[in-house]
Amino acid sequence: MSHQGAALPAAPAREKESTRRGTTRRVAPSPGGGRWRQRLEVVFFVSPALALMAVFVVWPVISAVRMSFYRWKGFGPMDDFVGLRNYERVLTDDVFTQAVTHNFIIVVASIVVQLPLGLAIAVLLNRRIRGRGLLRTIVFVPYVLAEVIAGVVWFQLLQPNYGTVDGIISAVGLTPPEQGFLGTPELALPTMFVVLTWKYLGLAVLLFLAGLQGVPEELYEAAQLDGASWWQVQRRVAIPLLGPTIRTWCFLSMIGSLQLFDMVWVLTGGGPANATTTMATYLINQGTQGGNYGIAGAASVVLFVIGFVMALAYQLLILRRDSASDR
Amino acid sequence: MRSRATRPFGSGGPLTYVIALVVVALTLGPVLYGALGGFRSNGQIADKPAGLPDPWLLRNYEGVVTNPDFWRYAFNSTMIALITTAVAVICGVMAAYPLARYQFKFRESLFMVFVLGLLFPAAVAIIPLFILVTRDLQLGNTWWGVALPQAAFALPITVVILRPFLMAIPKELEEAATIDGASRIGIFWWLAIPLSKPALITVGVLAFVGSWNAYLLPLLLLQSEMRTLPLGVADYSTQYSADTAGVFAFTTISMIPALILFLALQRRIVGGLQGAVKG
Repeated sequence: MSHQGAALPAAPAREKESTRRGTTRRVAPSPGGGRWRQRLEVVFFVSPALALMAVFVVWPVISAVRMSFYRWKGFGPMDDFVGLRNYERVLTDDVFTQAVTHNFIIVVASIVVQLPLGLAIAVLLNRRIRGRGLLRTIVFVPYVLAEVIAGVVWFQLLQPNYGTVDGIISAVGLTPPEQGFLGTPELALPTMFVVLTWKYLGLAVLLFLAGLQGVPEELYEAAQLDGASWWQVQRRVAIPLLGPTIRTWCFLSMIGSLQLFDMVWVLTGGGPANATTTMATYLINQGTQGGNYGIAGAASVVLFVIGFVMALAYQLLILRRDSASDR
Repeated sequence: MRSRATRPFGSGGPLTYVIALVVVALTLGPVLYGALGGFRSNGQIADKPAGLPDPWLLRNYEGVVTNPDFWRYAFNSTMIALITTAVAVICGVMAAYPLARYQFKFRESLFMVFVLGLLFPAAVAIIPLFILVTRDLQLGNTWWGVALPQAAFALPITVVILRPFLMAIPKELEEAATIDGASRIGIFWWLAIPLSKPALITVGVLAFVGSWNAYLLPLLLLQSEMRTLPLGVADYSTQYSADTAGVFAFTTISMIPALILFLALQRRIVGGLQGAVKG
């Protein structure tokens, strides 16, 4: 019975496919020539992009993987094969495991802090207040600035003793940390996170705002007629409808946090005492400063695998729900 | 009637304005502080960290504008960003076109190649990229050496944003052009490109701003004369870290081009980002 059940729907499908193929062949003016012409055109259009990506994306990634199996100082032939020893060294290196921890702290903190903050500001800006357009522009300004340039300004603001933040804190009557916010190991990573939040909150606000504006006005009105308060409408109607936008933002934020480099390099260089190293600063330090190209290769493979697994898991567990509900 | 019903509901009270002001102050504070700091002397900044310029001094900004290094960095940044944008947009729209308008066997798998490309951060490939550009291609310390890899890494997002735009072009237009004797390449050039101009501007601006703000790749590939503005700013601030006012003036002027570009094309950038997130 189950055999029959399985076979039955399959047969018409096959039939349909064969007729479809038949019609295409009949319609096409010259079956062979037309198809070849189209193939040539596709190749013509796609090959510049594919060539560029092959040379500058795929090949370097493959080289990084290859490099990770050799002990190599960056010159001479790459022939000292060491198997998985580079991976062993990277994964047992306290500095690297700390770097991974820092990346994950930033990933989690971004979602826990920036998501509610971004939602709150977006909900606020979605109300009809004067100067809303200007506000929206202003909130997005830090996002447009180069991370390095923003980093340099913050570096100056956070200088110990003569920096402005210290000045303001002393003026209020508190004592700023002696080594400065970026010079005290316990404070460096939280400070970094504050600066990153300042820099990237604008993107969250902007995306959430766009999502909120996609919520039909009628829904608000209907909820309002049912006697819901403004806050209830936001919580029960608007924010749930933002689901797909929120999930996509979380994905982007996660990928960005794992790749964090520029801001760290400018603010602390990974210090003090490796309190702010990330996977990216670790591999740049190993590669360009230490000349340990094999170690850098292994670190970049680990970085890629972590990012890829997280992206895949996120796609399967969370984003899939969106595409499923779309259908 | 309708507006009366919704206004008290959707509009903000005084508290909303207070929160909005706090958000604006925190967002713009550091930027404005830097800009104002450029008008002060180091003595003024040390005396009163939170004060206004008194008197207003122009010499820090004059120092930046008359500094030939600043203009050299700005010129390098501009050229690299222009090359990156041109390469990414041209290759991107060419690739997106058949992916949007042709029917062929491996279309979706080919598109997946670009989607997967989004997952490759430049940091992963950065050291082999450095070796490839400087040794194999002999393009170290050149505009093209930075621009080509940047364009390659900008391609996935370019294709992902452009494809739905090209798909939305009505089929009837294409058929009409075919009847008039246009070839597929003619249709691409005379129909698809003009009709997708808004999307092309979006991806162009994204590529430009991405290149303008880039740090890691230029840091490894460019030295001395060839450095870009972000490198110049970072180096200036470590070299003259005691000259706070000078650093503020330098950073403030360096921010201006990206800000102007953003303000001028705000709607398009925002639209493009939102489209990419929804898609």
